Parts: sequence; structure tokens; C-alpha cells
Amino acid sequence: MSLTPQEITHIARLARLKTNPEEAESYATQLSRIMDLIDQLNSIDTENIEPMSHPQDAALRLRDDEVTKLNLREEFQAIAPECENGLYLVPKVID
Amino acid sequence: MHKKTLREHHQSLKAKDYSSVELTTYFLDRIKNSEDLNAFITVTEDRALMQADQADRTIGSGKMDLLTGIPLAHKDLFCTKDVLTTCGSRILDNFISPYDATAVNKLDAKGMVTLGKTNMDEFAMGSSNETSHFGIVRNPWDKGRVPGGSSGGSAAAVAARLAPVASATDTGGSIRQPAAFCGLTGIKPSYGRVSRYGMIAFASSLDQGGVLGTTAEDCALVLEAMTGFDENDSTSLNLEVPDYGASLRKPLTGRKIGLPKEFFGEGIDGDISASIEEAIRVYERLGATTVEVDLPNSEVGIPCYYVLAPAEASSNLSRFDGVRYGHRAALYEDLNDMYETSRAEGFGAEVKRRIMIGAYVLSSGYYDAYYIKAQKLRRMISNDFSAAFEKCDFILGPTTPATAFGIGEKDDDPVSMYLNDIFTNSANLAGLPAMSLPSGFDSNGLPVGLHLIGKYLDESTILNAAHLYQQQTDWHQRIPGGYE
Repeated sequence: MSLTPQEITHIARLARLKTNPEEAESYATQLSRIMDLIDQLNSIDTENIEPMSHPQDAALRLRDDEVTKLNLREEFQAIAPECENGLYLVPKVID
Repeated sequence: MHKKTLREHHQSLKAKDYSSVELTTYFLDRIKNSEDLNAFITVTEDRALMQADQADRTIGSGKMDLLTGIPLAHKDLFCTKDVLTTCGSRILDNFISPYDATAVNKLDAKGMVTLGKTNMDEFAMGSSNETSHFGIVRNPWDKGRVPGGSSGGSAAAVAARLAPVASATDTGGSIRQPAAFCGLTGIKPSYGRVSRYGMIAFASSLDQGGVLGTTAEDCALVLEAMTGFDENDSTSLNLEVPDYGASLRKPLTGRKIGLPKEFFGEGIDGDISASIEEAIRVYERLGATTVEVDLPNSEVGIPCYYVLAPAEASSNLSRFDGVRYGHRAALYEDLNDMYETSRAEGFGAEVKRRIMIGAYVLSSGYYDAYYIKAQKLRRMISNDFSAAFEKCDFILGPTTPATAFGIGEKDDDPVSMYLNDIFTNSANLAGLPAMSLPSGFDSNGLPVGLHLIGKYLDESTILNAAHLYQQQTDWHQRIPGGYE
């Protein structure tokens, strides 16, 4: 499996990672090598095998829909890059 | 003082041979004198002395626990309230955690003293500690070599006796491979035993907290204190905490050890094979018998892992967006550019590679071919273990195919780095408990690791087997030159 720099640019965009053309070039080489390793998966027949998403097939535990946490807004926002009036600030999205 | 086991420290603290403050100061001094190892990202001296002082008061009041007053180091992946918690990444280089990980809380509650936060591969992605934003860690046995990873700082710290014991985490071998490279004992319990709450997530269905120490008994005591149900982790097991310390001395007579032929094939260093063969003879003298078992799909463990772990990582690491915490770029054009630039600046090359692999295998058109395919293989690998455990009580083999490699040796070859996990990551895929313990040295004087894999939830048997082995051998007592 060989990935092109164009595919890398697309994947990087999906993953929200800024890349320049030189980086895309070098990631294409490295990720193609990793995909070659991954392609060994195809050597094994997995017909009729159920996918396993949890190591012991356990289901996630649910809890009652009740408020149990304290409000820690001040503590959490104290470490945010930019906050104002209890809100996280981000660049303007809508004009 | 640095040669004592946790039980010996407990006896000395109880007898008031020294105080926790004295013991803590002693280890803080050793840390200061060994800065060249770069084992710590943060040393929490003031906090440690405060906790030690508190421990001394508890000891004075006669209410001490077995672990009260004993110092330890935490891998910088465990959140520690009001203390820098970086996960080895630039993207968290300003992250002062607003809360404690449950595992940290539990050890604090026992009265253990936190010396500091140890270095690690960025987001635990690596097998050499070379991907850390905070610099490489040196192996105390040979400073030109890596300590292994991702828990490289915890391993170097304990190997150099800068801390009696350390917390660590294991997603594909990150406790066991550094234990092997640094001559330590390390255990990754069954998935779900140790709460993942406050452990910064890498691959949530594989991540598990555990311990790096010098003896199986030390690991057992600390693991027991870290273990237990936590409603804050939806995958935490609601089971009674086993008394790991109590079952250490059970005789091994009649126990069956499974030897997977896949773990004894080509590509294993000759000195390692010889050391493992010798360990098998020790077990036979202890009354155990061996049986050959098959793990036929173990050869695809690596490709299976390198689909699932990056897929989960790409999803987990999407939380680092420069909005709520961590690094935000100084210059950007709009919201999207702020995300992309903050992440590009904050993550290192290996983390980016894994995020991109993960995004790719999860992307439209490839999901079934890679992600679902790997999940099917995960089941086959897990079924192989179930079949093997029909015939044996635990599985034995080498932890790694080679001993510690040189710093920079695998820099340009991620694939060759990934092969470090070849014997370890199948235990994570199946959620099984596993440990590494020292079983000798190679011709360069580098430690060799013996790998034990137990049945699901049966940490007791492998801890028992490791403890009895350590009563017959003294490899675990060897200390690297310069740190005796």
C-alpha cells in the first residue's frame, strides 16, 4: 500500500494537522512503510469472525442520568488558553 | 536505603530507624545527582516533603499502612492535581491538572509520597523514550542506550534507584519492554483492574496502568493499592481487589507453564534464548512442568495492534484542539487554522504519524478493510490465548527479541521500532495480565527480560511465579554501575 503526498494532505486535513508539501512528501514515504506492515493483516482469513472491540467483550456500564459532579468551571477555565465571562473564546466563525 | 524492598522500608519506618522525611530527602538527593538520565520531567520536592511530613505524623499516631511514608514516582501520563502533567508532549507543556487520576488518589490515600513525574514517550507512543518533547532518557546500565518505552523515565528512575517504585502504563508493552531493558520487574494487570480515570488516553481499549519496581513483591503491594472499582471509568471492573501479597509464596508444584513455539523462533538474540532456557530450568526445579502451546496468529499481532491503537489514538487525541487546555498557536487565520496549527506545533512526528494512520484506517472506504479486519484478528488472537490456557496455568517467553538498543539507532525507521512490541502487545489485545522480570544479562552486560502472561484476572499466578523465581535468583538485585 503506497500513499501519495496528495493522500497525506487529505488525511492530515481530516486529522486537523497542518502540513506543508515537504512534510507531506516525507510522511508519504514513512506512512507507506507502516501501511506495508499493516497489510500483513490480509494474510489471514477472517471469514465468519465477529469483530472484537473490547478485550473481554464487556459492555460499557451505564449509570443513572443524575447530576453527580460538582461544577468545576472556574478550575477548568483557569487553564484554558482564552476565556471570557465563563465562555471559551475561539476565532470568529460567523460574520 | 536505596537497596531496600518496600516491606523493609515499612519495617524501618515503623521502627523509626528513619522518618519518611529522611527517606524522601534521600531519594530527592539521588534524583538531583542523576539529572543526566533525564528520568524526570517534574520533581515535586515541596509537595513530597509535605506528604512525607504528613506520613510521619500518621506513623507517629500508629495508624500506618504498609505503604505509608514510602516514596514513588508517577509516569507523567497520570494526572496530578495542581502539578504539571505533560504526557511527554509540547501540546500539554503548560497543563496543570485540575484533578488527580484515581490511581494517584489511591496511592496518596495509602500515604505514599510523590517524588515527581517521570519522562515518557510522547502520549506513550514509542519504545525508546526518544519521542518525548522533554528529551531522551538514558539507560542507567549504559547511558548510550535507550531505557525502552514508553515508560522509560519510570524505568530509568527505578533502575538507578532514584525511586523505590514507580507507576507506569502499558498499551502494547510500555511497562514490560522498559522493565526488560532496565533489569526491572513490571506488571500490567488485566484490562479493567486499574482505573483509567485521569490516565491521559492513548488507545482506550488497550491502555492499562501498572507498576515498575525491583521485585515481584513490591509490584504486588503497589498494584493491590492501585487496583479497584472506579465509577469514573466505564470499563473499570467491579470486583473485589485480590490480596496479591498473600499468594506470592504458594508452591509451584504441579503448575503447567505454556511455551508458545512462536515465542522461541528465529530472530531472538542468542543470549536472550539462553537466559530464558535457564529460567525454564529454574521453574522445573521449583516443581512446574512445561507444555508446548500454539499462538498461531501471533505473527499478525503487530499489524493488528498498529491499526487498532492508532485508530483509537486518532479519536482520543482529537480533544487537543487549543480551545480548552494545552497549547494554542500564537498565529492563525481562522478557527480551522487555529486547530491545525496548534496541533501541528503541539504534536511530535511519531504522534502525527499515528494520528494520520488512525484517521486513514477509519476513513470512508478503508474502515472495513483495516479497522474491522483488525478487530476480527483481535478476536482470533484472544481465542488463541483461551485455547492455550486450556493446557497451562501461565505462558512464558522472552519479553523482547533483543536487549536495549543504542540512542538514535532506530530514528528513521518507525517500523523497526514497532517490532519491539512483538511479544508484548498480544496481551493487551486480549486484555490479559502480563509481567516482565529480570532473568540475566547479555554479553554486553545488558539486562534480559523474562515475560509471563497470565489468564484473564489471574495476576496472582504470575506474581507468585515471579516471586518464587526471585527467591532462587538474584538478577533483580543487580544495580547498574555508578548507582550502587
